[in-house]
Amino acid sequence: MRFVKPEGSSAQGAEVGGGAGASSEVWPSHKPAATAILDEVGIRRSLMRIAHEILERNEEPDRLYLVAIPNGGVPLARRLAANLREIADLVVPVGVLDTTLYRDDLLSTGERPALRQTEMPSAVDDHVVVLVDDVVKTGRTIRAAMDALMDFGRPRVVQVVGLVDRGHRELPIKLDYVGKNLPTHPDDEVQLRGLEGGLRGPLELVVLSTEEASESRGAGK
Amino acid sequence: MIGRDLLGIERLERAEIERILDTAEHMREIGTREVKKVPTLRGRTIVNLFFESSTRTRASFEIAGKRLSADVINFSPSTSSLKKAESILDTARTLDAMDPDAVVVRHAEAGVPQRIADVLAAPVINAGDGAHEHPTQALLDLLTVRQEKGCIDGLTVTIVGDILHSRVARSNIYAFRKLGAEVRIAAPPPMIPCAIEALGVKAYTSLREALEGADVVMALRIQNERLAGAYFPSTREYSATFGIDRAKLRFAKDDAIVMHPGPVNRGVELAHDLADHRPGVILDQVRNGVAIRMAVLYLFAGRQPAEAAR
Repeated sequence: MRFVKPEGSSAQGAEVGGGAGASSEVWPSHKPAATAILDEVGIRRSLMRIAHEILERNEEPDRLYLVAIPNGGVPLARRLAANLREIADLVVPVGVLDTTLYRDDLLSTGERPALRQTEMPSAVDDHVVVLVDDVVKTGRTIRAAMDALMDFGRPRVVQVVGLVDRGHRELPIKLDYVGKNLPTHPDDEVQLRGLEGGLRGPLELVVLSTEEASESRGAGK
Repeated sequence: MIGRDLLGIERLERAEIERILDTAEHMREIGTREVKKVPTLRGRTIVNLFFESSTRTRASFEIAGKRLSADVINFSPSTSSLKKAESILDTARTLDAMDPDAVVVRHAEAGVPQRIADVLAAPVINAGDGAHEHPTQALLDLLTVRQEKGCIDGLTVTIVGDILHSRVARSNIYAFRKLGAEVRIAAPPPMIPCAIEALGVKAYTSLREALEGADVVMALRIQNERLAGAYFPSTREYSATFGIDRAKLRFAKDDAIVMHPGPVNRGVELAHDLADHRPGVILDQVRNGVAIRMAVLYLFAGRQPAEAAR
Protein backbone atom coordinates (compact mmCIF):
# COMPACT_ATOMS: atom_id res chain seq x y z
CA MET A 1 0.00 0.00 0.00
CA ARG A 2 1.24 3.36 -0.92
CA PHE A 3 0.34 6.66 0.62
CA VAL A 4 1.39 9.94 -0.82
CA LYS A 5 2.04 12.86 1.44
CA PRO A 6 0.16 16.06 0.64
CA GLU A 7 1.55 18.88 -1.47
CA GLY A 8 4.68 20.58 -0.14
CA SER A 9 6.11 17.31 1.10
CA SER A 10 9.38 16.34 -0.53
CA ALA A 11 8.65 12.70 0.21
CA GLN A 12 6.35 12.26 -2.80
CA GLY A 13 5.50 8.60 -3.00
CA ALA A 14 6.87 7.78 0.44
CA GLU A 15 5.87 4.29 1.42
CA VAL A 16 3.84 3.84 4.54
CA GLY A 17 3.61 0.14 5.27
CA GLY A 18 0.93 -1.92 6.84
CA GLY A 19 -2.08 -1.78 4.51
CA ALA A 20 -5.61 -1.33 5.74
CA GLY A 21 -4.80 -2.30 9.29
CA ALA A 22 -2.42 0.61 9.75
CA SER A 23 -5.11 3.20 10.09
CA SER A 24 -3.65 4.70 13.27
CA GLU A 25 -0.42 5.54 11.46
CA VAL A 26 -2.17 6.77 8.39
CA TRP A 27 -4.59 9.09 10.19
CA PRO A 28 -2.63 10.91 12.87
CA SER A 29 -4.68 13.29 14.96
CA HIS A 30 -2.71 16.29 13.67
CA LYS A 31 -3.31 15.42 10.05
CA PRO A 32 -2.93 18.24 7.52
CA ALA A 33 -5.66 19.89 5.45
CA ALA A 34 -6.03 17.37 2.65
CA THR A 35 -4.32 14.01 2.69
CA ALA A 36 -3.62 12.56 -0.72
CA ILE A 37 -4.39 8.87 -0.98
CA LEU A 38 -3.89 8.31 -4.68
CA ASP A 39 -1.96 10.59 -6.97
CA GLU A 40 -2.08 10.68 -10.76
CA VAL A 41 0.34 7.76 -11.10
CA GLY A 42 -1.57 5.67 -8.57
CA ILE A 43 -4.89 6.39 -10.24
CA ARG A 44 -3.49 5.53 -13.65
CA ARG A 45 -2.10 2.25 -12.31
CA SER A 46 -5.42 1.34 -10.66
CA LEU A 47 -7.40 2.06 -13.80
CA MET A 48 -5.04 -0.06 -15.93
CA ARG A 49 -5.40 -2.97 -13.50
CA ILE A 50 -9.20 -2.56 -13.43
CA ALA A 51 -9.30 -2.53 -17.25
CA HIS A 52 -7.45 -5.88 -17.23
CA GLU A 53 -9.84 -7.24 -14.60
CA ILE A 54 -12.87 -6.15 -16.64
CA LEU A 55 -11.54 -8.06 -19.64
CA GLU A 56 -10.72 -11.07 -17.48
CA ARG A 57 -14.19 -11.19 -15.98
CA ASN A 58 -16.22 -10.74 -19.15
CA GLU A 59 -16.24 -13.29 -21.91
CA GLU A 60 -17.99 -11.04 -24.38
CA PRO A 61 -15.99 -7.84 -24.27
CA ASP A 62 -17.80 -6.47 -27.32
CA ARG A 63 -20.90 -6.14 -25.15
CA LEU A 64 -19.20 -3.85 -22.65
CA TYR A 65 -20.73 -0.44 -22.00
CA LEU A 66 -19.16 1.95 -19.49
CA VAL A 67 -21.53 4.28 -17.65
CA ALA A 68 -20.00 7.10 -15.60
CA ILE A 69 -21.66 8.65 -12.58
CA PRO A 70 -20.86 12.38 -12.64
CA ASN A 71 -18.85 14.23 -11.76
CA GLY A 72 -15.97 12.04 -10.60
CA GLY A 73 -16.86 8.97 -12.63
CA VAL A 74 -16.61 10.77 -15.96
CA PRO A 75 -12.82 11.10 -16.36
CA LEU A 76 -12.35 7.65 -14.84
CA ALA A 77 -14.71 6.00 -17.33
CA ARG A 78 -13.06 7.81 -20.25
CA ARG A 79 -9.65 6.59 -19.09
CA LEU A 80 -10.94 3.05 -18.65
CA ALA A 81 -12.30 3.18 -22.20
CA ALA A 82 -8.90 4.38 -23.44
CA ASN A 83 -7.22 1.56 -21.53
CA LEU A 84 -9.57 -1.05 -23.01
CA ARG A 85 -8.78 0.25 -26.45
CA GLU A 86 -5.07 0.09 -25.74
CA ILE A 87 -5.13 -3.42 -24.26
CA ALA A 88 -7.69 -5.18 -26.42
CA ASP A 89 -8.36 -2.79 -29.30
CA LEU A 90 -11.94 -2.46 -28.09
CA VAL A 91 -14.14 0.54 -28.73
CA VAL A 92 -16.45 0.65 -25.72
CA PRO A 93 -19.33 3.14 -25.55
CA VAL A 94 -19.14 5.54 -22.60
CA GLY A 95 -22.35 6.99 -21.18
CA VAL A 96 -22.90 9.53 -18.44
CA LEU A 97 -25.79 9.03 -16.06
CA ASP A 98 -26.83 11.61 -13.48
CA THR A 99 -28.46 10.02 -10.45
CA THR A 100 -29.80 13.20 -8.80
CA LEU A 101 -33.45 12.71 -9.80
CA TYR A 102 -33.30 9.16 -8.41
CA ARG A 103 -31.85 10.05 -5.03
CA ASP A 104 -33.71 8.77 -1.99
CA ASP A 105 -33.12 11.90 0.09
CA LEU A 106 -34.58 14.55 -2.21
CA LEU A 107 -37.80 14.97 -0.29
CA SER A 108 -36.06 15.74 2.95
CA THR A 109 -33.63 18.37 1.67
CA GLY A 110 -34.53 22.04 1.44
CA GLU A 111 -32.81 23.44 -1.62
CA ARG A 112 -32.88 21.00 -4.50
CA PRO A 113 -29.47 19.89 -5.73
CA ALA A 114 -28.27 21.00 -9.16
CA LEU A 115 -28.74 18.44 -11.92
CA ARG A 116 -25.82 17.13 -13.90
CA GLN A 117 -25.35 15.89 -17.41
CA THR A 118 -26.92 12.66 -18.63
CA GLU A 119 -25.82 11.40 -22.01
CA MET A 120 -26.34 7.81 -23.06
CA PRO A 121 -25.01 7.33 -26.60
CA SER A 122 -26.92 4.10 -27.32
CA ALA A 123 -29.33 1.58 -25.83
CA VAL A 124 -28.06 -0.50 -22.92
CA ASP A 125 -30.22 -3.52 -23.75
CA ASP A 126 -28.29 -6.78 -23.62
CA HIS A 127 -25.03 -5.01 -22.75
CA VAL A 128 -22.67 -5.63 -19.88
CA VAL A 129 -22.94 -2.27 -18.17
CA VAL A 130 -20.06 -1.24 -15.95
CA LEU A 131 -20.99 1.65 -13.68
CA VAL A 132 -18.00 3.84 -12.80
CA ASP A 133 -17.88 6.06 -9.71
CA ASP A 134 -15.00 7.72 -7.92
CA VAL A 135 -15.88 7.18 -4.26
CA VAL A 136 -18.34 4.58 -2.97
CA LYS A 137 -19.56 4.79 0.60
CA THR A 138 -23.19 4.13 1.55
CA GLY A 139 -24.12 2.52 -1.76
CA ARG A 140 -27.11 4.82 -2.17
CA THR A 141 -25.73 6.48 -5.30
CA ILE A 142 -25.14 3.08 -6.90
CA ARG A 143 -28.71 2.09 -6.00
CA ALA A 144 -29.98 5.29 -7.67
CA ALA A 145 -27.76 4.65 -10.69
CA MET A 146 -29.15 1.13 -11.11
CA ASP A 147 -32.71 2.48 -11.04
CA ALA A 148 -31.81 5.17 -13.56
CA LEU A 149 -30.08 2.61 -15.77
CA MET A 150 -33.19 0.42 -15.94
CA ASP A 151 -35.06 3.38 -17.46
CA PHE A 152 -32.70 3.12 -20.40
CA GLY A 153 -33.34 -0.53 -21.07
CA ARG A 154 -32.48 -3.97 -19.76
CA PRO A 155 -28.76 -4.59 -19.41
CA ARG A 156 -27.65 -8.22 -19.40
CA VAL A 157 -25.30 -7.65 -16.46
CA VAL A 158 -24.49 -4.65 -14.28
CA GLN A 159 -21.08 -4.38 -12.62
CA VAL A 160 -19.61 -1.57 -10.55
CA VAL A 161 -16.20 0.10 -10.45
CA GLY A 162 -15.26 2.25 -7.46
CA LEU A 163 -11.90 3.98 -7.46
CA VAL A 164 -12.17 4.07 -3.68
CA ASP A 165 -14.30 1.91 -1.43
CA ARG A 166 -14.77 3.61 1.91
CA GLY A 167 -16.97 0.99 3.53
CA HIS A 168 -19.87 2.30 5.68
CA ARG A 169 -22.38 0.60 3.39
CA GLU A 170 -26.07 1.24 4.13
CA LEU A 171 -27.43 -0.90 1.31
CA PRO A 172 -26.49 -4.40 0.12
CA ILE A 173 -24.26 -3.17 -2.70
CA LYS A 174 -20.95 -4.79 -3.53
CA LEU A 175 -18.28 -3.49 -5.87
CA ASP A 176 -16.90 -5.68 -8.64
CA TYR A 177 -13.72 -3.68 -9.20
CA VAL A 178 -12.03 -1.56 -6.54
CA GLY A 179 -9.09 0.80 -7.00
CA LYS A 180 -8.38 1.02 -3.31
CA ASN A 181 -10.05 0.02 -0.08
CA LEU A 182 -9.85 2.92 2.32
CA PRO A 183 -11.03 2.83 5.91
CA THR A 184 -12.19 6.34 6.83
CA HIS A 185 -14.22 8.06 9.47
CA PRO A 186 -17.81 8.31 8.21
CA ASP A 187 -17.73 12.11 8.49
CA ASP A 188 -14.52 12.50 6.50
CA GLU A 189 -14.85 13.58 2.94
CA VAL A 190 -13.01 11.88 0.10
CA GLN A 191 -12.70 13.95 -3.05
CA LEU A 192 -11.38 13.37 -6.52
CA ARG A 193 -9.55 16.55 -7.51
CA GLY A 194 -8.36 17.80 -10.86
CA LEU A 195 -11.68 17.36 -12.66
CA GLU A 196 -11.44 20.90 -14.03
CA GLY A 197 -8.20 19.91 -15.78
CA GLY A 198 -10.14 17.87 -18.33
CA LEU A 199 -9.31 14.30 -19.20
CA ARG A 200 -5.56 14.61 -19.06
CA GLY A 201 -5.64 15.37 -15.39
CA PRO A 202 -3.64 15.21 -13.28
CA LEU A 203 -6.18 13.65 -10.96
CA GLU A 204 -5.64 13.28 -7.26
CA LEU A 205 -7.74 11.61 -4.60
CA VAL A 206 -7.68 13.29 -1.20
CA VAL A 207 -9.24 12.86 2.21
CA LEU A 208 -10.49 15.85 4.16
CA SER A 209 -10.78 15.33 7.88
CA THR A 210 -14.06 16.03 9.62
CA GLU A 211 -13.28 19.68 10.33
CA GLU A 212 -12.02 20.54 6.89
CA ALA A 213 -14.77 18.54 5.32
CA SER A 214 -17.41 20.60 7.06
CA GLU A 215 -15.57 23.80 6.20
CA SER A 216 -15.29 22.75 2.59
CA ARG A 217 -18.97 21.93 2.50
CA GLY A 218 -19.78 25.30 4.02
CA ALA A 219 -17.65 27.08 1.46
CA GLY A 220 -19.30 25.17 -1.33
CA LYS A 221 -22.70 26.65 -0.49
CA MET B 1 -31.62 30.71 -3.06
CA ILE B 2 -34.89 29.78 -4.76
CA GLY B 3 -37.91 31.35 -3.00
CA ARG B 4 -41.07 29.60 -1.94
CA ASP B 5 -43.39 30.64 -4.76
CA LEU B 6 -42.94 31.45 -8.43
CA LEU B 7 -45.25 34.41 -8.93
CA GLY B 8 -43.42 36.42 -11.55
CA ILE B 9 -40.11 37.06 -13.27
CA GLU B 10 -39.97 40.57 -11.79
CA ARG B 11 -38.95 39.22 -8.39
CA LEU B 12 -36.40 36.68 -9.61
CA GLU B 13 -32.71 37.37 -9.63
CA ARG B 14 -30.56 36.60 -12.60
CA ALA B 15 -28.91 33.67 -10.80
CA GLU B 16 -32.30 32.15 -10.00
CA ILE B 17 -33.42 32.44 -13.61
CA GLU B 18 -30.21 30.79 -14.76
CA ARG B 19 -30.64 28.01 -12.20
CA ILE B 20 -34.10 27.25 -13.60
CA LEU B 21 -32.80 27.32 -17.19
CA ASP B 22 -29.86 25.03 -16.39
CA THR B 23 -32.17 22.59 -14.62
CA ALA B 24 -34.56 22.64 -17.60
CA GLU B 25 -31.67 21.92 -19.94
CA HIS B 26 -31.15 18.62 -18.12
CA MET B 27 -34.89 17.92 -17.97
CA ARG B 28 -35.07 18.04 -21.77
CA GLU B 29 -33.02 14.86 -21.92
CA ILE B 30 -35.71 12.93 -20.03
CA GLY B 31 -38.16 13.67 -22.82
CA THR B 32 -35.87 11.86 -25.26
CA ARG B 33 -35.73 8.60 -23.26
CA GLU B 34 -37.75 5.53 -23.91
CA VAL B 35 -39.12 5.72 -20.36
CA LYS B 36 -39.97 9.41 -20.05
CA LYS B 37 -40.37 9.37 -16.31
CA VAL B 38 -38.18 9.84 -13.26
CA PRO B 39 -39.26 9.01 -9.70
CA THR B 40 -38.33 12.40 -8.22
CA LEU B 41 -41.77 13.59 -7.06
CA ARG B 42 -43.24 10.16 -6.37
CA GLY B 43 -45.99 10.43 -3.80
CA ARG B 44 -46.26 14.19 -4.24
CA THR B 45 -49.44 15.94 -5.34
CA ILE B 46 -49.61 18.88 -7.71
CA VAL B 47 -52.89 20.74 -8.17
CA ASN B 48 -53.55 22.62 -11.39
CA LEU B 49 -55.99 25.31 -10.30
CA PHE B 50 -57.11 26.94 -13.53
CA PHE B 51 -59.83 29.58 -13.14
CA GLU B 52 -59.27 30.62 -16.75
CA SER B 53 -59.50 28.01 -19.45
CA SER B 54 -56.23 26.92 -20.98
CA THR B 55 -55.37 23.84 -22.93
CA ARG B 56 -51.70 24.21 -23.69
CA THR B 57 -50.32 25.51 -20.44
CA ARG B 58 -52.38 23.11 -18.38
CA ALA B 59 -51.37 20.14 -20.51
CA SER B 60 -47.74 21.23 -20.30
CA PHE B 61 -47.83 21.42 -16.49
CA GLU B 62 -49.67 18.10 -16.37
CA ILE B 63 -47.11 16.31 -18.52
CA ALA B 64 -44.27 17.94 -16.57
CA GLY B 65 -45.72 16.77 -13.25
CA LYS B 66 -46.31 13.26 -14.55
CA ARG B 67 -42.79 12.94 -15.96
CA LEU B 68 -41.56 13.63 -12.44
CA SER B 69 -43.97 10.93 -11.13
CA ALA B 70 -46.17 13.39 -9.19
CA ASP B 71 -49.92 12.89 -8.95
CA VAL B 72 -51.46 15.74 -10.91
CA ILE B 73 -55.00 16.87 -10.22
CA ASN B 74 -56.73 19.32 -12.53
CA PHE B 75 -59.20 21.61 -10.89
CA SER B 76 -61.05 24.10 -13.06
CA PRO B 77 -63.82 25.81 -11.11
CA SER B 78 -66.23 27.64 -13.38
CA THR B 79 -65.57 31.34 -13.18
CA SER B 80 -69.26 32.20 -12.91
CA SER B 81 -69.57 30.60 -9.51
CA LEU B 82 -66.45 32.35 -8.29
CA LYS B 83 -67.00 36.04 -8.75
CA LYS B 84 -65.99 37.15 -5.29
CA ALA B 85 -62.41 37.15 -4.16
CA GLU B 86 -63.43 35.37 -0.95
CA SER B 87 -64.73 32.36 -2.76
CA ILE B 88 -61.49 32.06 -4.71
CA LEU B 89 -59.62 31.96 -1.44
CA ASP B 90 -62.16 29.49 -0.05
CA THR B 91 -61.51 27.21 -2.97
CA ALA B 92 -57.79 27.56 -2.45
CA ARG B 93 -58.08 26.81 1.27
CA THR B 94 -60.16 23.75 0.56
CA LEU B 95 -57.46 22.50 -1.76
CA ASP B 96 -54.78 23.35 0.75
CA ALA B 97 -56.48 21.14 3.31
CA MET B 98 -55.75 18.25 0.95
CA ASP B 99 -52.02 18.92 1.44
CA PRO B 100 -50.81 19.48 -2.10
CA ASP B 101 -47.08 19.94 -2.64
CA ALA B 102 -47.58 22.70 -5.20
CA VAL B 103 -50.53 24.62 -6.60
CA VAL B 104 -50.34 25.91 -10.16
CA VAL B 105 -52.69 28.88 -10.56
CA ARG B 106 -54.10 30.61 -13.60
CA HIS B 107 -56.64 33.39 -13.34
CA ALA B 108 -57.98 36.11 -15.64
CA GLU B 109 -57.20 38.77 -13.06
CA ALA B 110 -53.78 40.04 -12.08
CA GLY B 111 -52.67 39.32 -8.54
CA VAL B 112 -54.81 36.27 -7.78
CA PRO B 113 -51.83 33.87 -7.49
CA GLN B 114 -50.29 36.25 -4.97
CA ARG B 115 -53.50 36.35 -2.92
CA ILE B 116 -53.68 32.57 -2.98
CA ALA B 117 -50.02 32.25 -2.02
CA ASP B 118 -50.70 34.45 0.99
CA VAL B 119 -53.14 31.93 2.46
CA LEU B 120 -51.65 28.60 1.30
CA ALA B 121 -48.99 26.50 2.93
CA ALA B 122 -48.08 24.98 -0.42
CA PRO B 123 -45.85 26.77 -2.92
CA VAL B 124 -47.78 28.58 -5.65
CA ILE B 125 -46.69 28.64 -9.28
CA ASN B 126 -48.21 31.38 -11.40
CA ALA B 127 -49.41 29.99 -14.74
CA GLY B 128 -50.64 33.37 -15.96
CA ASP B 129 -52.63 36.06 -14.16
CA GLY B 130 -54.50 38.68 -16.18
CA ALA B 131 -52.16 41.14 -17.86
CA HIS B 132 -49.60 40.74 -15.08
CA GLU B 133 -47.15 37.87 -15.58
CA HIS B 134 -46.73 34.43 -17.14
CA PRO B 135 -43.34 33.43 -15.77
CA THR B 136 -43.06 29.91 -17.17
CA GLN B 137 -43.76 31.20 -20.69
CA ALA B 138 -40.95 33.74 -20.38
CA LEU B 139 -38.61 31.07 -19.01
CA LEU B 140 -39.33 28.73 -21.90
CA ASP B 141 -38.75 31.61 -24.32
CA LEU B 142 -35.40 32.32 -22.67
CA LEU B 143 -34.47 28.65 -22.91
CA THR B 144 -35.42 28.53 -26.59
CA VAL B 145 -33.40 31.63 -27.40
CA ARG B 146 -30.42 30.40 -25.39
CA GLN B 147 -30.44 27.14 -27.34
CA GLU B 148 -30.72 28.94 -30.67
CA LYS B 149 -28.25 31.74 -29.98
CA GLY B 150 -25.93 30.31 -27.33
CA CYS B 151 -26.50 33.11 -24.84
CA ILE B 152 -28.86 35.98 -24.13
CA ASP B 153 -26.40 38.76 -23.26
CA GLY B 154 -26.14 41.40 -25.94
CA LEU B 155 -28.99 40.11 -28.13
CA THR B 156 -31.66 42.40 -29.51
CA VAL B 157 -35.16 41.08 -28.92
CA THR B 158 -38.16 42.70 -30.60
CA ILE B 159 -41.58 41.95 -29.15
CA VAL B 160 -44.40 42.78 -31.56
CA GLY B 161 -48.08 43.11 -30.79
CA ASP B 162 -50.50 43.78 -27.99
CA ILE B 163 -48.06 44.71 -25.24
CA LEU B 164 -50.82 46.39 -23.23
CA HIS B 165 -52.84 43.25 -22.54
CA SER B 166 -49.99 40.76 -22.62
CA ARG B 167 -48.63 39.01 -19.55
CA VAL B 168 -46.28 37.15 -21.89
CA ALA B 169 -44.79 40.47 -23.03
CA ARG B 170 -44.39 41.74 -19.48
CA SER B 171 -42.69 38.58 -18.21
CA ASN B 172 -40.47 38.45 -21.27
CA ILE B 173 -39.43 42.08 -20.86
CA TYR B 174 -38.29 41.39 -17.30
CA ALA B 175 -36.69 38.10 -18.29
CA PHE B 176 -34.66 39.27 -21.27
CA ARG B 177 -33.65 42.52 -19.55
CA LYS B 178 -32.38 40.61 -16.53
CA LEU B 179 -30.26 38.37 -18.71
CA GLY B 180 -28.71 41.33 -20.53
CA ALA B 181 -30.62 41.59 -23.81
CA GLU B 182 -31.82 44.80 -25.43
CA VAL B 183 -35.61 44.65 -25.61
CA ARG B 184 -37.70 46.59 -28.11
CA ILE B 185 -41.43 46.61 -28.39
CA ALA B 186 -43.44 47.45 -31.48
CA ALA B 187 -47.18 47.98 -31.54
CA PRO B 188 -49.91 50.36 -32.63
CA PRO B 189 -49.77 53.33 -30.21
CA PRO B 190 -52.90 52.35 -28.19
CA MET B 191 -51.31 49.00 -27.38
CA ILE B 192 -48.16 50.46 -25.86
CA PRO B 193 -48.66 50.89 -22.11
CA CYS B 194 -47.68 54.31 -20.81
CA ALA B 195 -44.36 54.49 -18.95
CA ILE B 196 -43.29 51.14 -20.44
CA GLU B 197 -39.82 52.64 -20.93
CA ALA B 198 -39.42 52.47 -17.16
CA LEU B 199 -38.92 48.71 -17.64
CA GLY B 200 -35.85 49.44 -19.73
CA VAL B 201 -37.34 48.83 -23.16
CA LYS B 202 -37.56 51.00 -26.22
CA ALA B 203 -41.00 51.45 -27.76
CA TYR B 204 -41.51 51.76 -31.51
CA THR B 205 -44.59 52.41 -33.57
CA SER B 206 -42.69 51.56 -36.73
CA LEU B 207 -42.14 47.84 -37.11
CA ARG B 208 -39.35 48.40 -39.59
CA GLU B 209 -37.28 50.43 -37.14
CA ALA B 210 -37.95 47.97 -34.34
CA LEU B 211 -36.78 45.05 -36.47
CA GLU B 212 -33.55 46.71 -37.60
CA GLY B 213 -30.76 44.36 -36.52
CA ALA B 214 -32.98 42.18 -34.29
CA ASP B 215 -31.77 38.69 -33.33
CA VAL B 216 -35.14 37.53 -32.01
CA VAL B 217 -38.59 38.52 -33.24
CA MET B 218 -41.36 37.58 -30.88
CA ALA B 219 -44.92 37.97 -32.17
CA LEU B 220 -47.69 38.08 -29.59
CA ARG B 221 -51.12 36.63 -30.11
CA ILE B 222 -53.81 39.16 -31.01
CA GLN B 223 -57.19 38.49 -29.46
CA ASN B 224 -58.72 39.86 -32.63
CA GLU B 225 -62.32 39.23 -31.68
CA ARG B 226 -61.88 41.41 -28.63
CA LEU B 227 -59.64 44.15 -29.90
CA ALA B 228 -60.41 44.89 -33.55
CA GLY B 229 -62.04 48.29 -33.86
CA ALA B 230 -61.00 49.43 -30.41
CA TYR B 231 -57.20 49.33 -30.65
CA PHE B 232 -56.60 49.05 -34.37
CA PRO B 233 -58.94 49.63 -37.30
CA SER B 234 -59.14 46.05 -38.55
CA THR B 235 -57.35 42.74 -38.34
CA ARG B 236 -56.34 43.19 -41.95
CA GLU B 237 -54.73 46.51 -41.31
CA TYR B 238 -52.95 45.14 -38.23
CA SER B 239 -51.58 42.30 -40.26
CA ALA B 240 -50.41 44.69 -43.01
CA THR B 241 -48.52 46.94 -40.58
CA PHE B 242 -47.50 44.65 -37.68
CA GLY B 243 -47.90 41.12 -39.02
CA ILE B 244 -44.51 39.42 -39.51
CA ASP B 245 -43.83 38.11 -42.99
CA ARG B 246 -40.74 37.35 -45.01
CA ALA B 247 -40.55 40.82 -46.50
CA LYS B 248 -40.58 42.55 -43.11
CA LEU B 249 -38.24 39.98 -41.63
CA ARG B 250 -35.52 41.16 -44.02
CA PHE B 251 -34.96 44.16 -41.77
CA ALA B 252 -33.93 41.87 -38.93
CA LYS B 253 -30.62 40.00 -38.88
CA ASP B 254 -30.22 37.22 -41.43
CA ASP B 255 -30.20 34.57 -38.71
CA ALA B 256 -33.07 36.09 -36.72
CA ILE B 257 -35.48 33.60 -35.20
CA VAL B 258 -39.25 34.07 -35.11
CA MET B 259 -41.11 33.05 -31.97
CA HIS B 260 -44.76 32.95 -30.97
CA PRO B 261 -46.34 31.80 -27.69
CA GLY B 262 -49.12 30.09 -29.63
CA PRO B 263 -51.69 29.42 -30.80
CA VAL B 264 -50.85 31.36 -33.97
CA ASN B 265 -53.51 33.35 -35.81
CA ARG B 266 -52.22 32.53 -39.24
CA GLY B 267 -52.18 35.56 -41.51
CA VAL B 268 -52.54 37.95 -38.58
CA GLU B 269 -49.44 37.97 -36.35
CA LEU B 270 -47.49 35.67 -38.61
CA ALA B 271 -47.84 35.25 -42.36
CA HIS B 272 -48.82 31.77 -43.52
CA ASP B 273 -45.41 31.10 -45.01
CA LEU B 274 -43.64 31.80 -41.71
CA ALA B 275 -46.11 29.94 -39.52
CA ASP B 276 -46.16 26.83 -41.68
CA HIS B 277 -42.76 26.63 -43.28
CA ARG B 278 -40.53 27.58 -40.41
CA PRO B 279 -42.36 26.22 -37.42
CA GLY B 280 -39.22 24.70 -35.92
CA VAL B 281 -38.58 27.32 -33.28
CA ILE B 282 -42.24 27.55 -32.29
CA LEU B 283 -42.40 23.79 -31.74
CA ASP B 284 -39.16 23.98 -29.76
CA GLN B 285 -40.95 26.48 -27.54
CA VAL B 286 -43.61 23.85 -26.81
CA ARG B 287 -40.98 21.18 -26.06
CA ASN B 288 -39.07 23.56 -23.86
CA GLY B 289 -42.31 24.41 -22.08
CA VAL B 290 -42.48 20.91 -20.64
CA ALA B 291 -38.80 21.02 -19.63
CA ILE B 292 -39.17 24.41 -17.95
CA ARG B 293 -42.23 23.28 -16.01
CA MET B 294 -40.42 20.12 -14.91
CA ALA B 295 -37.56 22.30 -13.70
CA VAL B 296 -39.94 24.62 -11.87
CA LEU B 297 -41.78 21.75 -10.20
CA TYR B 298 -38.48 20.10 -9.27
CA LEU B 299 -37.13 23.30 -7.72
CA PHE B 300 -40.33 24.50 -6.02
CA ALA B 301 -42.70 21.61 -5.29
CA GLY B 302 -42.79 19.77 -2.00
CA ARG B 303 -39.94 21.45 -0.20
CA GLN B 304 -40.13 21.66 3.54
CA PRO B 305 -41.78 24.92 4.54
CA ALA B 306 -39.24 25.73 7.23
CA GLU B 307 -36.33 25.65 4.82
CA ALA B 308 -38.06 27.32 1.91
CA ALA B 309 -38.63 30.65 3.59
CA ARG B 310 -40.86 33.06 1.78
